[in-house]
Amino acid sequence: MSVRVEPNAFDPGAELNALHAAQLGIGAVVGFVGYVRDFNDGQDVRGMFLEHYPGMTEKALQKIVVEAEQRWPLLRVEIVHRVGQLPPGEPIVFVGTASAHRQAAFDACNFIMDYLKTRAPFWKKEDTPEGARWVEGRSSDQDAAGRWAKS
Amino acid sequence: MIRVQYFARYREVLGIDGEQLQLAALSSLDQLREHLLSRGGVWQVLAEQNLMCARNQELCSLDSELADGDEVAFFPTVTGG
Repeated sequence: MSVRVEPNAFDPGAELNALHAAQLGIGAVVGFVGYVRDFNDGQDVRGMFLEHYPGMTEKALQKIVVEAEQRWPLLRVEIVHRVGQLPPGEPIVFVGTASAHRQAAFDACNFIMDYLKTRAPFWKKEDTPEGARWVEGRSSDQDAAGRWAKS
Repeated sequence: MIRVQYFARYREVLGIDGEQLQLAALSSLDQLREHLLSRGGVWQVLAEQNLMCARNQELCSLDSELADGDEVAFFPTVTGG
């Protein structure tokens, strides 16, 4: 498991390729990349600032990965989340999951993103022509995370 | 003594990122929030229904207990990813 929270740019292709290195038992790697858009809620976005809670952020992400590893037979998991100032077009987040078979890798990647968006302490502040604004949480993100609840 | 931290929009509205509080009489996060709300004015932001909180860097509910030395945080709904 690898969890990184950093201001630096990363190369999604390199992260994806590194996931199966030296493990021939890996038959499936799934990667998700989130990017900064140049619009949101009908407004132009010139960039955004990612704030986080140092210390808690890493713990929250590790906890989410542990939960994914308990649900699916994963061989490797990697999360990279950037913080600080980011222009449109730049990647914000990478989640990569590796497993022997594709279904576990797909499901775990989806699960990790849903939980990250509702449980990891990151906040986006967008820079728009009308000034800076904090992005509000979406109920659709809560609904997406809720579908993983065990009955 | 407990350490209270505020993040994102709350930090901006309150004008501080955190404070140390001596709160021997308070036994839960909800009581701590009530204490902060009683300051009036900008502190009403902590009355938001979507408020999230953490105790010792773990998400928790408002009925969580408090203990001396705890690190507590209040913040709006998270929006990463």
